[in-house]
Amino acid sequence: MSHRLRILSRIRKALDAPAMPSETARAEAVAERIAHPPQHWPLRSIQTADPEGAAQLTLIGRFKAQLARLGADVIEVGSVAEIPAALANYVAANVADDAAGLARIRMGSDAFLAALPWSSTSGLEIAAGMAEAADVIGVSRAIAGVAETGTLLLVSGAENPVTLGYLPETHIVVLETGAIVASYEEAMQSMLAATGGRMPRTVNLITGASRTGDIGGKIVMGAHGPRRVAVVLWSA
Amino acid sequence: MTARTQFDADIDTALADAPLQRALADVPAGFVAGRRRAREELLEFEPLRRVARDIRDHALAHLDLYLEAFESNATKAGSRVHWAASGDDACRIVLDICRAAGARTITKSKSMVSEEIELRERLQDAEFDVVETDLGEYLVQIRNEKPSHIIAPAIHMRAEDVADVFRRQHGHLAPDRKLDTPEEMIAEARGILRDKFLSADVGITGANFLVAESGSAIIVTNEGNADLTMSLPKVHVILTSIDKVVPTFSDAWPLLRLLARSATGQAFTAYTTIVTGPRRPDDPDGPEQCHIILLDNGRTELLASEMRPVLRCIRCGACMNHCPVYCSIGGHAYNSVYPGPIGAALSPALAGAEQAAHLAEASTFCGRCEQVCPVEIPLVSVMRQWRSLALEQPRSRRARVMLHTWARLAQHPRIYRWCAGIAARSLKWLAGSGARIRRLPFLHAWTDYRDLAAPQGGTFQQQWAQREHKRAQRDRADVSAARARKSDSVP
Repeated sequence: MSHRLRILSRIRKALDAPAMPSETARAEAVAERIAHPPQHWPLRSIQTADPEGAAQLTLIGRFKAQLARLGADVIEVGSVAEIPAALANYVAANVADDAAGLARIRMGSDAFLAALPWSSTSGLEIAAGMAEAADVIGVSRAIAGVAETGTLLLVSGAENPVTLGYLPETHIVVLETGAIVASYEEAMQSMLAATGGRMPRTVNLITGASRTGDIGGKIVMGAHGPRRVAVVLWSA
Repeated sequence: MTARTQFDADIDTALADAPLQRALADVPAGFVAGRRRAREELLEFEPLRRVARDIRDHALAHLDLYLEAFESNATKAGSRVHWAASGDDACRIVLDICRAAGARTITKSKSMVSEEIELRERLQDAEFDVVETDLGEYLVQIRNEKPSHIIAPAIHMRAEDVADVFRRQHGHLAPDRKLDTPEEMIAEARGILRDKFLSADVGITGANFLVAESGSAIIVTNEGNADLTMSLPKVHVILTSIDKVVPTFSDAWPLLRLLARSATGQAFTAYTTIVTGPRRPDDPDGPEQCHIILLDNGRTELLASEMRPVLRCIRCGACMNHCPVYCSIGGHAYNSVYPGPIGAALSPALAGAEQAAHLAEASTFCGRCEQVCPVEIPLVSVMRQWRSLALEQPRSRRARVMLHTWARLAQHPRIYRWCAGIAARSLKWLAGSGARIRRLPFLHAWTDYRDLAAPQGGTFQQQWAQREHKRAQRDRADVSAARARKSDSVP
């Protein structure tokens, strides 16, 4: 007997009890659960109690408050056109660049990022494609932000290669304020709407920078992935 | 030496290990306080525990069907699903995948299932270069040790131990380099492991949850090492067990909300990644193959037993962080992949009762583990069941005589009361004017590591009888007072 059959028949035997619903009833329960996933109370109303009253703030306020707690930077811009300059300023102020004074950023083929007026800014060199070992800064666009915990939702693909968020020491994520939602549940809905209901190879939920507490119990940033995460927030 | 006598010896060693005791002393201020803060911040924490318990129970009650749905959806997404009845079977499947890929270097992120089946050792025996990429696991690997905690494998190590082992193992680096701070050591490990990530042929991860509706695996880390492990090599192997499946994403979010809060006190782990199949045609990065191994290894037996709720476990480690026994002896003394209360409940089912049923004796049954468990596993009653089963195993003559004597006493109330009276009076006499006894004659094992509180007043039964007597008097007084009031109000 194959391992598959052996394990499945052991499970069925284990679950078989006099009070057990019929096979049809069980199969129907499973089909129903998958067709209509339960909305577990209190999914939509979930709120975090915050001594500073952040829970009273808007979604954007809560999202920013959570990012601040995580030690992530927030760069707010008034319009899309300001993104390249704001990004260049941040890089100049925070990331040690090479001798030529030119900071190289790596990004994918995301149409929104590509359409930004990069030529208006000097001091940034743009490389395309997935991250390479020598890259210092990766730039990606997030599909959604989750106010609950300051979490960014990104998906894999040529537009925003996954490695951009893990190999470079600095990860800059561009997010529209209108894409900030309250919960992971809503962020997943935004994601599925953006991909036409198709699951990408990976959905990456990123909450602050890479960290570890494995040496001496002290939390240190930049264990393997980015030491620094910055979110560029823009409004339409 | 039997597993039980080994356990006794290891407990003595752990209690006398001063560096270990200093490391364990930090657990209350770290994980315990962190969880308390995280719990206070989430208004719905307690109701969410019941939601989480019900989700896990529903998934386990339909485990066969959800596994079939998971397999079908994962296969549609391009993953290859393998089933393994035993740890040995799972190791062989991984070896075959690595050989077929022509692999030399293998990166691994932390997986308790891989510890359970000793996968790293098996791969190393087959001459593969295997490296653990979770920093704590890496430290444990280069020190030739086992993890001592399920989420903080190197919790028993001090920073100076890490500096020592780095100087010994990283011989190619300058001997006079500075390794004084955690930051310097982490930078060194980052550099060494980065080379491994970039040269790996196969990446092995575990999975925190499997989602039946889409055939996805959810993998969480704080370091981002699982993402580098799965994204850079050509082959990704997800080694996990059959109990990890949940029906839908809607069911996964409440569990994820509880997982990090219960484990480290974070609101959410830094990296939560949902993986659905291998690289797509237009993907520039990601593995070409995605294999998922579903391991049984004793879990179907637990499912058939009264101890089924143990399978709800989401491996947060809160039970061990809050366990007075774990916090006194650390993880190694258990000599079991899963230490602490969940280890005492789970390990006998995985490793065999004769190997691990005695672990249930390392509990005061104080019940803190149950109070903090995010899926409300009745750990105390499960440990009690293992204790009853352990009674059938051979014991020392001394233990048999003592248990026999105790059983006789407990069945004869009058003799019991008489003995308890003598014991209470002698303990009071031993304590003298103090409230604590620092050393007990004959039973010094009890007082070697802590004081015994001296009895106050009579025996428990005497005090109980007095209390009941007083209450009865009070009730009678109340009744007569009420009668008096009633007669007063009569016109």
